[in-house]
Amino acid sequence: MSPVLLRSMFLVFLAGIVGSFGAVFLKLGAMRMTKSIWSLINSRLIFGVSLYLGSTVIYLSALKGGELSVLYPMVSLGYIWTLLWSKLFFKEAIGGAKFAGLALIVLGVVLVGMGTA
Amino acid sequence: MNTPSNPSAAAPQVAAARRQATLIVCACTVLNAIAQLLFKMASKNLVLTVPALLTNFPLIGGCACYGLFTIAMVLALREGELSMLYPIIALSYVWVTILSYFLLKESPNVFKNVGIVTIVIGVAVLGRGGRK
Repeated sequence: MSPVLLRSMFLVFLAGIVGSFGAVFLKLGAMRMTKSIWSLINSRLIFGVSLYLGSTVIYLSALKGGELSVLYPMVSLGYIWTLLWSKLFFKEAIGGAKFAGLALIVLGVVLVGMGTA
Repeated sequence: MNTPSNPSAAAPQVAAARRQATLIVCACTVLNAIAQLLFKMASKNLVLTVPALLTNFPLIGGCACYGLFTIAMVLALREGELSMLYPIIALSYVWVTILSYFLLKESPNVFKNVGIVTIVIGVAVLGRGGRK
């Protein structure tokens, strides 16, 4: 594995974690919204969007280093983090169907990545 | 009739709102996919000066689609569960792959096709689980 690819893999990994926290803050902000559309402007949502943008920038800089077939599957790790935070921070029920659905989604993303080689 | 262990029976309007949130996110992944394709086009001739960025229309269009997608996601998250809605974003891969076939003339192959079918089945399984 070349150092460039390793660097890219690390960046995608990092982007996934940053992005999953972005999702957590989007959820926190969404829960605070009122009926007014202006309640879209609240500190949690702004922070969530910033994390999202940050994760996108990290992700894009990682893609320069190359092989999508390796990087794509790692992106789907972000879904697993988010499932973990949903359980931890929002006490959401994580049942068999969510695990099964997520496993299929990750498998699908891995396959798409292999096809993109 | 009275089954407190089943939230959809206890509060049908909550279940309906969640279903609506799920459908919103499914539909809006198309916007996310278009944004990704526009970003890909924008990255081909990216010049990091202010005038160049302001006239980079694929970049601006991509940002607009991405912004709309994020707003839709937030509106959906008011009612829906994060563990349910976030993985659905993976549908974007399905649209990106299909759109790339037609717009970027990328060649289809078995891995991609089986992959996108698997993602769709995964989202369907996930959606059924969240209904309970």
